[in-house]
Amino acid sequence: MSAGVDLSQFYETFFDEADELLADMEQILLNVDIDHPDPDQLNAIFRAAHSIKGGAGTFGCFGLLADTTHLLENLLDALRQGELSLRKDMIDLFLETKDVLTEQVAAYRNSQEPDQQAYERICAQLRELALEHKGEAAQPGVPAAATEAASSVRAVAVEAEVGVLADAVGAANVAGAANVAAAGADLPLLVRIERIQPNDAKALLTEMGLLGEVLHHEEGADTLSVWLRTTCSADDLEAVCCFIVNADQVHVAPEAAPAGAVREAAPSEPEADSVGADAAEASGAARAPEAGHPLQAAPASKSDSPARPAADAARKPAKEGGTLRVGVEKVDQIINLVGELVITQAMLVQTASTLDPVEHDRLLNGIEQLERNARDLQESVMSIRMMPMDYVFSRFPRVVRESASKLGKQIRLTTRGQATELDKSLIERIIDPLTHLVRNSLDHGIETPEKRIAAGKDPEGHLTLSAQHSGGQIIIEVSDDGAGLSRERILNKAMQQGFPVNENTPDDELWQLIFAPGFSTAEKVTDISGRGVGMDVVRRNIQGMGGHIQLSSRAGQGTTTRIVLPLTLAILDGMTVQAGEEVFILPLSNVSESIQPTAEQLHSISEGDRVLHVRGEYLPLIALHEVFDVQGAQTEITRSIAVILQAEESRFALLVDHLVGQQQVVVKNLEANYRKIPGISAATILGDGSVALIVDVFALLRMTRNKTA
Amino acid sequence: MLNKVDLSSEQADDTGKEFLVFTLANQEYGIDILKVQEIRGYDSQSVTRIANVPSFIKGVTNLRGVIVPIVDMRIKFNLENVEYNHQTVVVILNLASRVVGVVVDGVSDVLMLQPAQISAAPQFGTAFSTEYLTGIGTVGERMLILVDIEKLMTSSEMALVEQAALV
Repeated sequence: MSAGVDLSQFYETFFDEADELLADMEQILLNVDIDHPDPDQLNAIFRAAHSIKGGAGTFGCFGLLADTTHLLENLLDALRQGELSLRKDMIDLFLETKDVLTEQVAAYRNSQEPDQQAYERICAQLRELALEHKGEAAQPGVPAAATEAASSVRAVAVEAEVGVLADAVGAANVAGAANVAAAGADLPLLVRIERIQPNDAKALLTEMGLLGEVLHHEEGADTLSVWLRTTCSADDLEAVCCFIVNADQVHVAPEAAPAGAVREAAPSEPEADSVGADAAEASGAARAPEAGHPLQAAPASKSDSPARPAADAARKPAKEGGTLRVGVEKVDQIINLVGELVITQAMLVQTASTLDPVEHDRLLNGIEQLERNARDLQESVMSIRMMPMDYVFSRFPRVVRESASKLGKQIRLTTRGQATELDKSLIERIIDPLTHLVRNSLDHGIETPEKRIAAGKDPEGHLTLSAQHSGGQIIIEVSDDGAGLSRERILNKAMQQGFPVNENTPDDELWQLIFAPGFSTAEKVTDISGRGVGMDVVRRNIQGMGGHIQLSSRAGQGTTTRIVLPLTLAILDGMTVQAGEEVFILPLSNVSESIQPTAEQLHSISEGDRVLHVRGEYLPLIALHEVFDVQGAQTEITRSIAVILQAEESRFALLVDHLVGQQQVVVKNLEANYRKIPGISAATILGDGSVALIVDVFALLRMTRNKTA
Repeated sequence: MLNKVDLSSEQADDTGKEFLVFTLANQEYGIDILKVQEIRGYDSQSVTRIANVPSFIKGVTNLRGVIVPIVDMRIKFNLENVEYNHQTVVVILNLASRVVGVVVDGVSDVLMLQPAQISAAPQFGTAFSTEYLTGIGTVGERMLILVDIEKLMTSSEMALVEQAALV
C-alpha cells in the first residue's frame, strides 16, 4: 500500500479477518491435545496470531492489539519450536488472551480505545509466562514467608481480593502452578524504591504499568511506592527495576493497597493492621463485613470492575450485523441450486419457444421475467464467494519490509487494484505463489542501493503489485524495476544443466526455463529464495487454478510476472462445439480464434501428422473426434472448423464439426462420483439437461504429444 | 465345497434383511436395499458417452444436478441380448459416499430374507466372481444370488474409483 492511501477503508476487512482468525484460534485451542499437540495445530495458532499482528502492525493504529498479539505470538513461536511444552494453564491463558483480543477488535471496530486494564492484565500474564520460559530458575517467586506474615485481619482482605479476582478475571486464568504457590500472590505487591530521581520515578511507574495493574502509587520526596496487582514474581519486579535503579534501593513485598486507593482516592497509611478496616470502609455500605462474611467485602473492593461489564454491554449493540459468517459449503450449495435453476429455466425457454406467442402471451412474458431474475440471482450468489484482492495484498507490506531490511535494500511497495474481486477458493490458493514471486523480486530482482546508484537508478527499488479484471479473467502482476533477467546467466546455467538451448534461443523461450523444475540462476542460496524449487511449483499451482503465468523482462529495467486467472472455478465461460452428435465445451479463455481451414493451409509432416499454416504460424492440428473417438464426425478437414487454442506457451488447432455457441456453464466435478477422465477437466449440464464434458486444453496437448512421442 | 456364509456385514437378527431383486439374463440377483438410492428408467439420450473407457461404462448422466456414472452390468459380465427397452432400468446406488448408476434388465421385487433363507454362495455358475457374492437366497421356488454391490462397484475391475485408475 503506497503512502497517502486512506487505510481506513480496509479496516473492516481486517476486523473481519481478525475475527475469523480468532475464532479459528479458539477452535484449535479447544481441540488441541495438551500432551501431544499436533505441530500443524500449533503452527495454525501461531499463524493466526502472526497474521493479526501483521495486520494490526500494517495499519499502525491498533497499538494494543499489535502488542498483545506480539506477546502471544512469541509464546506460540516457542511452543511451535518445541522450546516450551504445552500445559493446561497455557491453553487457559491463551483462550483468555483470545477473549481480550476479540474485545480489542470489537472496540477498534467501534472506533473506541480498548480496555486498557484488560490489556495490561493479559500482557502481564503473557510476559510472566515468557519470563518463566526464559528463566525457569528464577521461578519460585513469591516467598512463602509472605503468607505466614499475613495476619488474620489481612486474611479478610485477601479473601476479599480473591473474590475480586474471581469475578473480574475468572478464577482459573492465571493458574501457573508456581504462581499460586502462595495465597499472598493475590495480594498486591508493594514496590518501594528509595533515593530515586523524579525522572526515574516516572519511568519506573510506566514500567510497572506494563507489568501489571497499578492499584495505587505514592511519590515521596525521594521515594516511590507502587501497589501493583501483577502476576509477576517479586524477583521479576526487582529485576525490572534494576534497569533504572540499584538493587539495594528496591524493596518488594506483598502488601494490601490502601483501601481507598483502589479507587484512586486520597491515600491512607498502608498499615497492614488497618487494611481490613479500611476495606470495610471502602465498601461504603452500612453492613460492614465481619470476619465471618469476608466475601461480602468483595463487591466493594471491586470498585473499578463492575463498571466494565456495563461498559461492555453498552458498547456491543453499537455496530452489529455488518457481516454474516456462513460456511463455504452452504454457499456452494446455494450456487449449485442456482445453477440447477438456471438450467431448468433454460429448459422452460426451449419448450416455450414452440408455443404460439399470441395465445400464450402471459406465459411467455413470465418466462422472460424468470430468465432475468435467474440471471440476477446467479450473479449475486456468485458475488458472495468473491473477495477483494486486498485480502492477499495486505500481507505484503510486511513481507517487503522484513525482506528489505534483511537484504539491506531499500524497497517501496505499491499496490493497485486491491478492490478487485476474486473467488474465495482462488484467493486462498494465490497467496503462496504470489508470495514466492514477491520474494523472488525482492531477492533477485531489485538490486542493492549501491548497485542501483551505479546503474544511475533511484537507490530505492520499486515493487508493484496490481490486480485488474479483464474479460472474465483477473490479471495479477508483480513487477519490479530491478536488474531484469540476465540472458547470459540463464543461458549459461541452462547449458550447464543440459537444457536444449543455444545462443539463438529467443528470450521468451529462455524465460520459460525459469519455470522448469530445478532451475535457479541465483548465485547464492539465501533464506529467502534461490533454491531452484519454487517457480515450477508456482506455475503448477497457477495451472491448477485454471490460469497461466507469463514473464517479461528487460535487462536493467526490471521484470514483470503476470498471472492470468479465471474469476471463479464454479462458472466457466465456454465455447460449445460439436463433433458428430456429441457436444463438448472449450474454455473460452483458451480459445483465440476459429477459422475454416482451406486446402492450401494444410500441410502434412509425418504420417498422419498435419499442421495448419495460419498467418505465418504453423499450428499442430488435433482432431477432436480422433482424441475422443467420436463416431460420425466430419472427417473432411476443409469442411470442419479449426479452433485455435492457446495452452501454456504453445498454440494448436482443434478440429470440430460445428461451433454451437458461447455460454456460461456451471462447472461440475467428475471426480465426486467417478474419476478423472483423460483430456477432460470437468463436466457441466446443458440447457436440455444433458451432460457435456469440458475439455482440458492443456491435457489435450500433452496427450497428443505423448502419442506422437 | 461350501463357503462360509458371510453374515458379518449383515444383521443376522430375527427381522432379517431387505433385498432389492433385479434380473440380468433371466437370473435374479439381490442387493442390500439400503445401498439403493432410487430406480430410474434408462434413457440413452441423457447419457453422455465418455471416450477411451471400458465399454461397460456407458457414460455419465445428470441426476438432479449431480453427475453420475452409468455402468451396464450386462456388458460387464458379457451377457447376451444386451438391449435397451422400456423395461431396462438404472438402479442408482449410494456407495461409500459416491453415487453410481447400474443398468439392469429389470427390477422385480423387494424381498425380506431371514438368515435361515440364506445359504452359502456356489463357487461358479454365475456372472459374478464369487469374491463379490454373499450367498444364495431362497424364497419359495425362486433363487436369488446375493451380491455385495459395494465391494463390486469399488473394485478395481470396475474402474470407477480413482485409485484403481490405470489409464
